[in-house]
Amino acid sequence: MKPLVQVQDVGMRFDTKKGSFVALRDINLDISEGEVVTLIGHSGCGKSTLLNLIAGLTLPSDGGLICNGREIAGPGPERGVVFQNHSLLPWLSCFDNVMLGVERVFGTKEGKAKLKERTKAALEMVHMEHAMHKYPHEVSGGMKQRVGIARAFAMEPKILLMDEPFGALDALTRASLQDELIGVMAKTGATVVMVTHDVDEAVLLSDRVVMMTNGPAATIGEILEVKLDKPRDRLKLAHDPQFAEYRAAILEFLYQKQLKHAA
Amino acid sequence: MTTASMTMTHAMPNKSSEPIREKPAEQAAANHVASVKQAETPIIKVGQGKLPDALSAFARAVLPPLIGLALLLGIWAIIAIKTSGFPSPLKTWNAAVIIFSHPFYINGPNDQGIGWNILSSLKRVAVGFGFAAAVGIPLGFAIGRFKFLNSMVDPIISLLRPVSPLAWLPIGLLVFKRADPAATWTIFICSIWPMIINTAVGVQRVPQDYMNVARVLNLSEMKILTKILFPAVLPYMLTGIRLSIGTAWLVIVAAEMLTGGVGIGFWVWDEWNNLKVEHIVIAIFVIGIVGMLLEMILLQIAKRFSYEYS
Repeated sequence: MKPLVQVQDVGMRFDTKKGSFVALRDINLDISEGEVVTLIGHSGCGKSTLLNLIAGLTLPSDGGLICNGREIAGPGPERGVVFQNHSLLPWLSCFDNVMLGVERVFGTKEGKAKLKERTKAALEMVHMEHAMHKYPHEVSGGMKQRVGIARAFAMEPKILLMDEPFGALDALTRASLQDELIGVMAKTGATVVMVTHDVDEAVLLSDRVVMMTNGPAATIGEILEVKLDKPRDRLKLAHDPQFAEYRAAILEFLYQKQLKHAA
Repeated sequence: MTTASMTMTHAMPNKSSEPIREKPAEQAAANHVASVKQAETPIIKVGQGKLPDALSAFARAVLPPLIGLALLLGIWAIIAIKTSGFPSPLKTWNAAVIIFSHPFYINGPNDQGIGWNILSSLKRVAVGFGFAAAVGIPLGFAIGRFKFLNSMVDPIISLLRPVSPLAWLPIGLLVFKRADPAATWTIFICSIWPMIINTAVGVQRVPQDYMNVARVLNLSEMKILTKILFPAVLPYMLTGIRLSIGTAWLVIVAAEMLTGGVGIGFWVWDEWNNLKVEHIVIAIFVIGIVGMLLEMILLQIAKRFSYEYS
């Protein structure tokens, strides 16, 4: 099967006052349809940079990225993005925030009623139908992130890009949102690329864990295939020896091979 | 808190070189006041019922300003006694009662009630400010959005902004040939700078996250303007409007002293020529109260349109 996203020899340089800074080099990665890939690494390793490149928010200095057979030259509706800080517009209700994207993608083909239906369905999927007419500042951090996920899903993207979507949440909320995401992914068969710094999250959610070396000039260090049955249950996995093994492999990479000394 | 924020805003247009959203400072002040109040209440609550508690809260809110006003009146009375020609508070009060019993009389073009004078000053402010908003807000948007335009216009604004608006009055007289539009013209000049600068800064400070959302959702320029830029810039714009109107109200008095006609500034000058000092004192109070009301109304509007970012 042809991969949905191809990252080919991608490098990224930033021009700073002190000269050029190489953030990423020689990145090669293929992502197939329906696959869940997480990017993990220490902070500053360019995980988010790579995700932004796939999103089209920044363009690579070297190499190229292809999505669905076309070169990525900017953001597009076939690539949904969930931001770390939810990025909901504070002057729009949760419903209107989701509707904004829906209108843009389906507005030319479908009537208003159908668009509203889509918006509602997306919010129902993340169990936010009870608060959809509230404003972002009236709901909790976890709920905001649910709306952020609904906004991305409602546009029916081919691939969902998530930049540490649960990074700002407390552990319990994070777990419940992970379960939510597992449910949504099972239902939609979504292709997902997710940046995380949480080892458990990486193993729990992904088919492949892409481990990145430390920056500057970070690249892909190892790729771990997670062959656990889906859908996954965090309680059962807690005692699963295979889960523990995957976990240990990532920890070993992060804390032995790529140990980062505190600055 | 109100007095603190007021002195700050009035100082702003003259002193600060960069517009600031004052909200955080005000909020901080509000929080401070709240925390002080919270700390105080438990002490008073001990051994007291609910009614005295409410009473003491009322007293704490009302007494200090009353004492302040009483002190002002006291000093004023002493000065009035010690000097000749300066009216006492009582004399001023009696004059005010007469003036305000007929605020809307017209005895020819140069002798009209104080109500007409205030209204015509407000009208000039409104017209001058309206034109300033119509020009300044779009210009501010453009400057904030396009760097080239910003660097093009920036030196001009830096050069012209510190100039007293009254220096523009002769230009206004030259161009418009009449006093009334010339006064409005000075209001336009003094109002436009805060409008342009605050709007531009607001546009420049739209969080990158929102612009990323716009790019990811692939929004049209129109949607970006209506759904992201405008709501995000609105609080800055309202601060600009508030600063503009504050300055405009300061300037109109001076401008009208020079141009004459009907208006509160001209009225002050006219009463000086009549040597009715008590009327000048009344005018000072009236100008202060109107300025305060304008400020309060705009603060309320700004509060309505400020969003909680979290």
